[in-house]
Amino acid sequence: MTQLLLFNVFNGLIVGAFYALMALGLSLILNLSGVINFAHGGFLAIGAYIAYTIMPHVGFWGALVIAPVLTALLGLLVERFLIRRLYGRDPLYSLLLTFGLAYIIEDGTRFIWGAQSVPYAIPAGMSNALSSQFFFLTGYRLFMVGLVAAAVAALFLILNRTRLGMRIRAGTLDLETVSVLGVNVRILRNLNFGLGIYLAGLAGVLAAGMLGLQPTIGTSLIMPSFVAIIVGGLGSLPGTLLGGLLIGVVSGIATVFVPSATEAVMYIMMGLVLLVRPRGLLGEEGRVQ
Amino acid sequence: MKPPRQRVVVAVLWALLLTAPFWVGTLGGYTELATRVLVMALAAMALNFLLGFTGTLSFGHAAYFGLAGYGAGMTIKFLVPSTGLAMLVGVAVGTLSAMIIGALIVKLRGVYFAMVTIAFGQVFYFIAFRWNAVTGGDDGLTGWKRQPIDLLFTRIDILGNDRAFYYFVLFVFALCVIAMGLLLRSPFGRTLIAIRENERRSEFLGIPIEQHLWLSFVISCFFVSVAGTLYALLNNFIDPRALRWDQSGNFVIMAVLGGMRSFWGPLVGAAVFVVLQDYVSSQTENWMSFVGLVFVLVVLFFPRGVLGIIRRRLSA
Repeated sequence: MTQLLLFNVFNGLIVGAFYALMALGLSLILNLSGVINFAHGGFLAIGAYIAYTIMPHVGFWGALVIAPVLTALLGLLVERFLIRRLYGRDPLYSLLLTFGLAYIIEDGTRFIWGAQSVPYAIPAGMSNALSSQFFFLTGYRLFMVGLVAAAVAALFLILNRTRLGMRIRAGTLDLETVSVLGVNVRILRNLNFGLGIYLAGLAGVLAAGMLGLQPTIGTSLIMPSFVAIIVGGLGSLPGTLLGGLLIGVVSGIATVFVPSATEAVMYIMMGLVLLVRPRGLLGEEGRVQ
Repeated sequence: MKPPRQRVVVAVLWALLLTAPFWVGTLGGYTELATRVLVMALAAMALNFLLGFTGTLSFGHAAYFGLAGYGAGMTIKFLVPSTGLAMLVGVAVGTLSAMIIGALIVKLRGVYFAMVTIAFGQVFYFIAFRWNAVTGGDDGLTGWKRQPIDLLFTRIDILGNDRAFYYFVLFVFALCVIAMGLLLRSPFGRTLIAIRENERRSEFLGIPIEQHLWLSFVISCFFVSVAGTLYALLNNFIDPRALRWDQSGNFVIMAVLGGMRSFWGPLVGAAVFVVLQDYVSSQTENWMSFVGLVFVLVVLFFPRGVLGIIRRRLSA
């Protein structure tokens, strides 16, 4: 029993790490540009499928480096030619546009790579259990947790220490003033979008090794990411991180006791948070709008 | 009072709807397709009560649509074989859930409101999907049929006769549309439009914003629930896809496609969308890409919708 619980908590932590990685990207874009990127899951799938395609040529590690970058480049193009036109309009329109993109991407991946899940190889040796008692601790799982942690640390370093990151944070608070101070807001939003999509691509490359790769992989991860943002606190990136991990672990625990409520439990949690603290766990006052 | 030209247009519209079963066939359609247009139109108009006239975007209306559908289907399957009672139960289930969820979310605005409605929509999807024993899970709720309606002297066979069911749906549609129209013309409706135009000013005028938003959300979900019960009755079937996020998105795009600032816009949008979807899915497997393309093109090139464009042409 203890072992089963431990297994599911750890599993939940990993899944939660993916939610968090996705949700951080979503949050970045939402906070700076006011766009709910419904196609975020689609970009995750694209990242995974790019990795799958180039893996025979560059190996797992090469794919891990290259695929998220290519996904981010695609994101930059989508922002430049589609989403940029909608800034300043009702957020309804960017939501509908990315919603349509999500449809097109899911159908497109199905068209190119087929509706069935494709075999996605992780490095040999990493799928073995490290200890016979804790059979679930495979090298790949530990590696995923480590890499997600590193990616999150890098993201917070970028946001807090680099000029780009500080401009993004400042723009989140007051884009107009940032613009008046001479920062090119168009480029800032473009790069910020690319950064968010990079995180989605990275999550895709990693998640495919654990969840299997099929065209619906993106749609199955995006809803929990929304929940992570709402639970963690609107406008707060640490909150988003916390929210992602929390709902992952809570659904992991739910798997042990009420398997059929695995998904529903995170929405119940969201309801509770909204009831007690509408702005989310770490959300700041006055940012509910 | 409405300008005379608009009254003529509305009269023509009702005439078209009343005669639809007699002319859809000649245009290559069929009665059931016309019924589906009416059902979707009612859902889109109900959503537009909130979206177009209160200025609040809900992206989770399929939840109440589907819940009501399940309510209706399960009533007939497990409780009483009565169409009227099934609709009552379905609408009650949908509206009650909207009352509870609405109370949780009225504090939020804008994109966050939309995001929370999306997320809450999924709860019911997962319940319907997972609770196999009762809902039939992924396969949907089968093994029941809409029942003929007994009036005092006569019985209307809405099950065997497609046209009879069309007129039954049209009757319900008309009741709902008239009710929504009257609500929007009442002081309450005018207040909602004031909130849409300028929430802060409305607040300073002493309007309790959250109460109005909640009520508007619940009213909108009430009518969407009515549409949901009709949808289940139409198909004699309901499955989890009826309450998934893509269904919510379809309602929104119908409203935008037709013109969300006009009362009748969503009807036009629903007609275009349903007919196109019916045609395209019979032609190609890649209907998802097609629907996605519709979303993108509408946003980029027709954000005002069909009626918005026509109105602009007329006034120019």
